[in-house]
Amino acid sequence: MSALPEIVNPVEPLLRTERMPHIWCPGCGIGTTVNCFARALLESQRNLDRVAVVSGIGCSGRVAGYVKLDSFHTTHGRAIPFATGLKLANPSLEVVVYSGDGDLFAIGGNHFIHAARRNVDIKVICVNNLIYAMTGGQTGPATPSTAITATAPYGCYEPSFNLCALAEAAGASYVARWTTFHVRQLTKSMGEVLRKRGFCFIEVLSPCPTLYQRRNKMGDGLDTMKFYKEKSRVRNGAPTSEVALTKDGEIAVGKFVDRERPDYIESMRGRLSEQLGDRYVEMECPVCQ
Amino acid sequence: MAKGNVTINVERCKGCAFCVEFCPTKVLALSSAFNSKGYHSPRVVALEKCSGCDLCGMYCPDFAIFGWRIKEAAGQEAPDAG
Repeated sequence: MSALPEIVNPVEPLLRTERMPHIWCPGCGIGTTVNCFARALLESQRNLDRVAVVSGIGCSGRVAGYVKLDSFHTTHGRAIPFATGLKLANPSLEVVVYSGDGDLFAIGGNHFIHAARRNVDIKVICVNNLIYAMTGGQTGPATPSTAITATAPYGCYEPSFNLCALAEAAGASYVARWTTFHVRQLTKSMGEVLRKRGFCFIEVLSPCPTLYQRRNKMGDGLDTMKFYKEKSRVRNGAPTSEVALTKDGEIAVGKFVDRERPDYIESMRGRLSEQLGDRYVEMECPVCQ
Repeated sequence: MAKGNVTINVERCKGCAFCVEFCPTKVLALSSAFNSKGYHSPRVVALEKCSGCDLCGMYCPDFAIFGWRIKEAAGQEAPDAG
């Protein structure tokens, strides 16, 4: 091949390449979402020194260790509180929370709903593989009914969360769902949230061939991608109450919510200036340059 | 005449075959050779069909492949390197 030696992968500058190959299994979709995120960041032409990635615990928590940005791998479920603190201490930062369904909605469920309620200006990317993958494939809050997991050998009988409906009900400004099959749409969505102010939530369905698909006889990563291709239907603007996921049913994808609400810092500023008048002086941010 | 080309980092590949399956012009196939971890990486079988759309690069979970357009590469030294 006549590949010119100076051509490098466009996402390479955003990765800690000395840590590659990463720990994610063959066929896992987390790498694809990181790829899309890196491309969205490059396209947005943001100053990468002002972007921070915060992640929780789990397979997708590893993202913080692989991106060459300011990043923080936090304790289990607490990615959003750390990110909120980061954003409030240094509002000029673009804070992205990158985590999984178990971390964000089970252990960190309370943090998620309250950050969405306050409309803190952070962007949450939830890689949803439908189970707790890193700990061995136990039933998680997003596991669909009848799916077989390590803790539900006869099939899961708990109702699952509809993450998009939860985010909308809690007050998120932007709610979208894509799968790892929809790389272009996902990249576009990530670009949109990087430009938007307020609490933004993107759910990305991702294969877990090692623990979810294997137990449920759904094949490997590639089979899951074909399954996503076959079953997904773009339903932009659909009411989030109608987009719940089932094990084998249709996967509604698209941008469901995009609305304007005053974000947390704006609300605080507005209320305090109204009440205190001239006495309200904003402190200069000691960490901002 | 091919409009594009792909660059493959064989050692990073885990053989998931996303690039092979979703290449719109079917430029790639899985190689029968192994890399040092024992995975079959993709190889180019129909270079003349490559448009350099970089969809393989977007799908790759291991950052092991990317496509580039020959015209752009000739125009600048490292496309999108920044």
